[in-house]
Amino acid sequence: MKVVVDEEKCVAAGQCVAAAMDVFDQRDEDGIVVLLTENPPAELADDVRNAAAVCPALAIRIEE
Amino acid sequence: MSEAETELAAPDAEIFDYPGARDRACPFAPPAGLRALNDTAPVSRGRLWDGSTPWLVTGHAAQRVILSDPRVSSNDKQPGFPYPNRAMAENAPHHPLTIFNADGADHTRIRRMMTAPFTRNRMEKLRPEIQRFTDELIDSMLAGPNPADLNAALSLPLPSLMICALLGVPYEDHEFFQEHASLATRSDKTAEQDRVAMEALGGYLAGLLQKRMEEPSDDVISDFAGRIKAGEVTLPEAVMLCMILLIAGHETSASMITLGTALLLQNPEQLALLRGTDDPKAVANAVEEILRYLTIPALGQRRIAAEDIEIEGVTIKAGEGIVVALPAGNWDPAAFPEPEKFDIAREARHHHAFAWGIHQCLGQQLARIELQVVYGTLYRRVPTLRLAVGFDELRFRRDDALAYGLHELPVAW
Ligand code: HEM
Ligand code: HEM
Ligand code: SF4
Repeated sequence: MKVVVDEEKCVAAGQCVAAAMDVFDQRDEDGIVVLLTENPPAELADDVRNAAAVCPALAIRIEE
Repeated sequence: MSEAETELAAPDAEIFDYPGARDRACPFAPPAGLRALNDTAPVSRGRLWDGSTPWLVTGHAAQRVILSDPRVSSNDKQPGFPYPNRAMAENAPHHPLTIFNADGADHTRIRRMMTAPFTRNRMEKLRPEIQRFTDELIDSMLAGPNPADLNAALSLPLPSLMICALLGVPYEDHEFFQEHASLATRSDKTAEQDRVAMEALGGYLAGLLQKRMEEPSDDVISDFAGRIKAGEVTLPEAVMLCMILLIAGHETSASMITLGTALLLQNPEQLALLRGTDDPKAVANAVEEILRYLTIPALGQRRIAAEDIEIEGVTIKAGEGIVVALPAGNWDPAAFPEPEKFDIAREARHHHAFAWGIHQCLGQQLARIELQVVYGTLYRRVPTLRLAVGFDELRFRRDDALAYGLHELPVAW
C-alpha cells in the first residue's frame, strides 16, 4: 500500500490523525497533514483506508 | 433529461417544507417527511420560508458528492442563495468575507489562518483543562439546589470556558468573558443585549491582542498578535476571527451536552452501557453516534451552484440554491442501517454532523474532546441523574434555530 497526501487540498480537519495516528500527523503551526510513512505496514491498512474515507477534503489517496 | 422527467422527479404537491416540524412524540428524530425522502429521492426540491424551492440533498452519498464539488459555492451574496431565514437574507449583503461564505483560494487562505488553535498538540493540552472545568461545574451544580437546569449549570458555561482556554484568555478574566459570551451567543437575547455583549467582548479581545503583541506567550491570541505584527491581518480582522471561534463553538457544543443528556436519559440501557465503560474508545464511539443521531445543525448547509451539475438523474442549474439536509443524510439507511436505532456501539464516524468537504467543522476535534469528557464524566459522577419534569414538558427548540436543542433541561439527582 502506498499513501499520497495533497497538502494543497488539506483543510486541517484532523480526521486522518484520529483514524491512523501512526501514519498521519499534523504540522504544529497550521495543522496541515504530515505523512509519517508512505508505505504503511499491512496491519495498518484498514486504518489508513478509513482515514482516506473520512478525510473531508479528499486529500488522501491510496495506491494499492 | 427531458423537462417532463424533471417534473416527475419532483412532483410539486410533494415538495417538502424545509426544515419541517418534528413529531412531538419523537423529538429526537428528523421530521418524518424529511426521512421519507431517503426512500424516494436523494436529491429533490424543498420549499423554504420565503416560498423558494431550492434543491434539497438528503441522501448521504449525494451529500458527499455535492459538498466536495468545487462548483458548489458558499457565496451568500449571490441571488438565489437559499437563506435560512429573513434576517440572514437581509444581512447577507453586509456580511464580510469570512471562513463560512468564502470559496476556493479565499477560503483556504482564511481557514489556514484559523487552524493553529486546533493542532493536535494544543488539543491534547486542552483535555485536562476541559476535565477540570467539567468537574468544577458539576461540583457547583451538586452543591446548589436540587433540581437544577443542566443547561445553565454545565452546558452553557463549559463551552465559553473552553474557548477561553483555547484562545488563551487569562484565568482572572474568565468570569467577565463567560458572562458576555453566554449573552452574545444566546438565542433569546434582545438586539441591544447582543450589541452590548459583542462590543464588550470585541473591546476586550482587541486589548488582549495588543497586550500580546508586546508580550507574547504560548497561546492562540499570541499567534494572532504575531500575524498582526507580520501584516497578515489587521487588528479588527483578528478580533473577528476570535469572535467567530467563540460563536461557532458555543451554542453547538452546549446543545450537544443538553440534548445528548436528554437522549441518554430516555434510553437507560444505552446510558448504562456508557456509564459502565472504562474504555475511552467506547466513549469516543458513543460521541459519534450521539452526534449522528441528533445532528443539531438541522438548518443544513446552504450552498449555490456556480455551474450546471448533474447528480442522481437531475441537473442542478448554475445559480440554483442547494440545501444539504444534514439530519436526513445521517438517517439514511443506506449509510446507517436501522437509523432510528440509537446504538452507542455502532460504527458512525462517517456521519455528517460536522458537514463534509472543505467547510467541514474546524472545531470538530475540540468538540469531540469536550463531549468525550462530559459524557465520560457526568453520568458516572451523578449516577442518579434523572429528568426533574415529565418528558412531554421539555421545551424543544424549533428546527429553524442555528442549533437544534432544548431551552432548558431540569434534572434531579
Ligand atoms: C458539537 C459541536 C459542533 C457542531 C455540531 C458543529 C457543526 C459545524 C458544521 C455543520 C459546520 C459546517 C458549516 C458549513 O459548511 O457552512 C461547522 C463549521 C465550523 N465550525 Fe463547527 N460545530 C461544532 C463545534 C465547533 C467548535 C467547538 C468550534 C470552534 C471552537 C467550531 C468552529 C467552526 C468553524 C470555524 C467552522 C467554519 C469552517 C469552514 O467554513 O471552513 N465548531 N461546524
Ligand atoms: C446585524 C447583523 C446580523 C444578523 C441580524 C444576522 C443574522 C443571522 C441569522 C438569523 C442567522 C441564522 C442562524 C440563526 O437562526 O441563528 C445567521 C447565521 C450566520 N451569520 Fe449572520 N447576521 C448578522 C451579521 C453577520 C456577520 C457580520 C457575520 C460574519 C462575521 C455573520 C455570519 C453568519 C454566519 C457564519 C452564520 C451561519 C451561517 C450558516 O448557518 O452556514 N452574520 N446570521
Ligand atoms: S483528514 Fe484530510 S483534511 Fe483533515 S488533516 Fe487529514 S488530510 Fe487534512
